[in-house]
Amino acid sequence: MEFMSLDFAPFLLSFKLAGITTFILFIIAIPISWWLSQTKCRCKPFVEAVSSLPIVLPPSVLGFYILFALSQNSPVGAFFEETFGIKLVFNFTGLVIASVFYSFPFMVQPLQGGFESLNKNMLEASYMAGKSRFETMYRVALPNIKPAVLTALIVTFAHTVGEFGVVLMVGGSIPGETKVASVAIYEFVESMDYAQAHLYSAIMLVMSFSVLLAVYLFNARHTRRIGVR
Amino acid sequence: MLDIQIRKTLLGSAGSMELDVALSIKEHAFVALAGKSGSGKTTLLRILAGLESAEGSVKVDDVVWQEGKKVLPSQKRGIGFVFQDYALFTNMSVEKNLLYVCKDETLAEELLHMTELTALKDRLPSSLSGGQQQRVSLCRAMMKRPKLLLMDEPLSALDPEMRSKLQHDILNLHKTFGTTTVMVSHDPSEIYRLADYMVVLDAGKIVKKGTPKEVMLKTQGSQKFSLRGELLDIIKADVIYIAVVSIGQQIVEVVMDSEEARAFSVGESVLISTKAFSPTISKLVV
Repeated sequence: MEFMSLDFAPFLLSFKLAGITTFILFIIAIPISWWLSQTKCRCKPFVEAVSSLPIVLPPSVLGFYILFALSQNSPVGAFFEETFGIKLVFNFTGLVIASVFYSFPFMVQPLQGGFESLNKNMLEASYMAGKSRFETMYRVALPNIKPAVLTALIVTFAHTVGEFGVVLMVGGSIPGETKVASVAIYEFVESMDYAQAHLYSAIMLVMSFSVLLAVYLFNARHTRRIGVR
Repeated sequence: MLDIQIRKTLLGSAGSMELDVALSIKEHAFVALAGKSGSGKTTLLRILAGLESAEGSVKVDDVVWQEGKKVLPSQKRGIGFVFQDYALFTNMSVEKNLLYVCKDETLAEELLHMTELTALKDRLPSSLSGGQQQRVSLCRAMMKRPKLLLMDEPLSALDPEMRSKLQHDILNLHKTFGTTTVMVSHDPSEIYRLADYMVVLDAGKIVKKGTPKEVMLKTQGSQKFSLRGELLDIIKADVIYIAVVSIGQQIVEVVMDSEEARAFSVGESVLISTKAFSPTISKLVV
């Protein structure tokens, strides 16, 4: 049964990448989605369109641009290589940067929707209590959109675990460095090792389903508890 | 002393409208702001709160809240504001709602005691009734010991019994804290009970102002009293007609002749008045 031996490294790498990406995006997306939900700026549709691009762009296109922008031949890539001695492509760092771009809308959109659904009067009550926009966001808005926060975190995590095209473009398939689960499955199929491909795919399927089920169960309970009408 | 001189173009359902209000309000006054919906009452209140922009000036005593380009943000006005929909912080308990505004536990305790909410202080807003939530909102608005208390139809979502209880609480807080209060209201009895001055807006302009007695108790000629109501039905009874009129929360019947019955139509606003009889007043035995 040698062919059924399971190498967990691609899964661990997928989860490490998804965890780090989700953490970084959470910090970046909160101020941006808060701003988008509150602003009356005319530039809002433009910012929204740019931030939603990764949803509609083929991952290979996004991956190609990121590869182009971060490679040693580009100013950004050259700067990091010369100043810090860091390479930004075909390694784990490159994957994180690419994933942050790729999963950006999946973090921003649920948060923005959550912030927009809040009672404006409640936020105004906080301003009149003398609280700044930041304090209002942190102490009133965020605690009142817990289901949206959870959705954003899980969807971003799951989406990053499931990414393939961008990862392949920017990271390649270096075992233990950039070979994540989705890429591993692709390679099994390519080498016609269907047994392993089946096993890896089934694990991904079960995990993805469990995560989503947990989110919806939590949201159903939370909605009942706080009595949202 | 609150000095208001503001202008703003509003886009209403009936096209654009110019809100143009010049008003000065004495310290410790209780002013009711009345008028049809869409007349600019809420906008005026929100401009005072710094939630909306307008041209002109707003001054409180010697402090300029707004003049020319200078606008003091809501955060620095130190006002209390009560919304029609309560707008409590749904993630915080009753007591935390108050303490969020100002960490003065003694004051919070005193306010909750005054409004009989002490037993509910650890509950979340969603578990309270409308009347209880609005009392919490009132308490929250007082936590800054505001010089100016603004209320936007605070009681219109509540039933009559709860209204009269909250009217008592509002008056009590207004007097205890010596605030200047501006309240948007549609309810004549509420205005009469609470306010010592009233302003009626129509299409963005002040059309009447004075004490509630001067503005609302208008009887013509020798009429002893008159009541506004809505004509609900005209019933034919033998040779006469009976008009069914709703006045406030009550339904009354008035006799009409056939000519009058033809002149009125159901749904109209009508005035019921009498001069020949002197009305009697007696206590309600409950």
